[in-house]
Amino acid sequence: MSTNETDIEELVAKKYKHGFITDIESETFEPGLDEDVIRRLSKLKGEPQFMLDWRLKSFAIWQKMRQPNWAKLNIEPIDYQSISYYSAPKSPDDAPKSLDEVDPKLLETYEKLGIPLHERAKLAGVAVDAVFDSVSVATTFKGKLNDAGVIFCSFSDAVKEHPELIEKYLGTVVPPRDNYFAALNSAVFSDGSFVYIPKGVRCPMELSTYFRINAANTGQFERTLIIAAEGSHVSYLEGCTAPQRDENQLHAAVVELITEQDAVIKYSTVQNWYPGDEEGKGGIYNFVTKRGDCRGARSKISWTQVEAGSAVTWKYPSCVLRGEGSVGEFYSVAVTNNYQQADTGTKMIHIGANTRSTIIAKGISAGKAQNAYRGLVKIFPTAKNARNYTQCDSLLMGDQCGAHTFPYMEVKEPSAIVEHEATTSKIAEDQLFYCRQRGLSEEDAVNMIVNGFCKDVFRELPMEFAVEAQALMNVSLEGAVG
Amino acid sequence: MLLEVKDLHASIGGKEILKGLSLTIKAGEVHAIMGPNGSGKSTLAQVLAGREGYEITAGSVSYNGVDLLDLEPEKRAQAGLFLGFQYPVEIPGVNNVYLLKAALNARQKAAGQPEIDAVSFMRLVKEKAALMEMDQSFLSRSVNEGFSGGEKKRNEIFQMAVLEPTLAILDETDSGLDIDALKVVANGVNLQRRDDRSVLLITHYQRLLDYIEPDYVHVLANGKIIHSGDKSLALQLEAEGYDALMAKAAG
Repeated sequence: MSTNETDIEELVAKKYKHGFITDIESETFEPGLDEDVIRRLSKLKGEPQFMLDWRLKSFAIWQKMRQPNWAKLNIEPIDYQSISYYSAPKSPDDAPKSLDEVDPKLLETYEKLGIPLHERAKLAGVAVDAVFDSVSVATTFKGKLNDAGVIFCSFSDAVKEHPELIEKYLGTVVPPRDNYFAALNSAVFSDGSFVYIPKGVRCPMELSTYFRINAANTGQFERTLIIAAEGSHVSYLEGCTAPQRDENQLHAAVVELITEQDAVIKYSTVQNWYPGDEEGKGGIYNFVTKRGDCRGARSKISWTQVEAGSAVTWKYPSCVLRGEGSVGEFYSVAVTNNYQQADTGTKMIHIGANTRSTIIAKGISAGKAQNAYRGLVKIFPTAKNARNYTQCDSLLMGDQCGAHTFPYMEVKEPSAIVEHEATTSKIAEDQLFYCRQRGLSEEDAVNMIVNGFCKDVFRELPMEFAVEAQALMNVSLEGAVG
Repeated sequence: MLLEVKDLHASIGGKEILKGLSLTIKAGEVHAIMGPNGSGKSTLAQVLAGREGYEITAGSVSYNGVDLLDLEPEKRAQAGLFLGFQYPVEIPGVNNVYLLKAALNARQKAAGQPEIDAVSFMRLVKEKAALMEMDQSFLSRSVNEGFSGGEKKRNEIFQMAVLEPTLAILDETDSGLDIDALKVVANGVNLQRRDDRSVLLITHYQRLLDYIEPDYVHVLANGKIIHSGDKSLALQLEAEGYDALMAKAAG
């Protein structure tokens, strides 16, 4: 029976909804990268000497490295000298203290993206550290967090106000020499978020940061550091949408998570950077290094990600399970359409005894997109009775896309139990027909099937994020039918 | 006239399966189509429901006065045409009731009616589930996932009961059922017989017709209806086999 692939292709050819450019004057460095640029950047941000030294050391490391090419990605050469390494909204000196002081045009941008900052923060009880371009412009709910002793601020503020914490923890999970993009980020990171949850504190609200890219040719180099002290608990949400662009934009973020004994960090991401157009022109290059270090016994780090955007995604949120009985989790949905490429997965490094990890990865491929899962489960001889369960499922829509699975396992401890399951299925014409025969439109049928496929991951997301994620799936894959 | 199929020719991959099939069904009637394997029974069901991949080369199908072949599958469903699948499809992660609610609301919307509220819907669903002697746990499981063959067929008739079609085409609903399951399914269909609801039973065996009594029986062979009669035709078939009848038709 012939499948209606043409229809499916039409169906997935939906235009990116968030394509617009905000007209705000930016103070932007001219393109290029050398030591002088890094000194200027550090000075502009009013950083202490240790920070500048760290950046310069990282830059020296980066210069000796080469861009990795092992991923299943076809990437145009990137000219790192044609990129501007700093862009900020006008007058960063008098950054607004409250929403009232924020440039109304900026607020309008948030409105268009469907995230009315104040409303959303109030209604959902979410504190938002809004990163627009590279400088934080608004932080809410500071008081409530202060009362709990939680530090949640922009990375720049943390460098100035808590230099001892930054100096102690920065780069201890992802050192500058870890990889090419981490080294670059360490040299030129612009801003990001910093979170410190003190001993025994359960963070009173979910912490959320919205990242946006808004200036042409400006790479975004976010740096996030979250520390959960003994017995503490925090849930952190990160979401992205970005205005439409013609040229590729480089994005190389680093996220470091640290849990002490019995602490829990839940880190959820919805990524919707501009993916490029139907011909594969434009779109964000997203090279992200995310790693969590379960240092304390019985601590837990859980990554949940919904990757819908970007032209290229290179991202492997990982857990180093050092503490005895610590737990690592990775739940992922990666959607690629048109000419998008994703090479994503995780690393679970079992060092401590009785450590456990779970990996659930769902890849959805449509159009001419390529979607790869790449994962490493490594069990050290010290990891007695370590356990891992991995499940990778791929869903193909149409016959011009690809799904690939690269699972690596290195088990050096005989008492460990490692399980791996993988499936690849095509969005079946008979599933679509079944739903349509019951009266659903083709579009609704596709949404229902895709959301069903993603269910195991979506249910790990905080409630309001799960709703957004479903909506995002629909936008990413639906099209103008009929 | 609810359904009028005239001289229908349909092929798939260049191979003609239906070769001039004609059939007329009035409101409230139950028709059974019987035939040997490969005679085109399932093709007829698929073509009437609007499955893509078939080429209609000649003939017409009128449903309630409209050209059925002109409608998308979902439009046919919204107009009250229901297909009970021979092989009900599994949809992992999609709640059985969730699909049913979306289906019912799609029909409501098409009819210009407001969506059904959650409370009324659950009441309706529980009532129909009881009718089909289905356990409540069925409702929250993923569509057909991990269902036994009998459970899948029972689920089809349960969906039919909720969606209340004008024309139900039941494609080999009896296949793969043991006698107890067959009785439940047949009873479910019988309870749904109404003056304004027609049923087209497609089956290979006479057995189903012991439980669901048709008004008319048609024999389909080689893409055409070669013989029509009342219920006794099914018994005759059972006794003599298809070959004798086909030979008679040919001779």
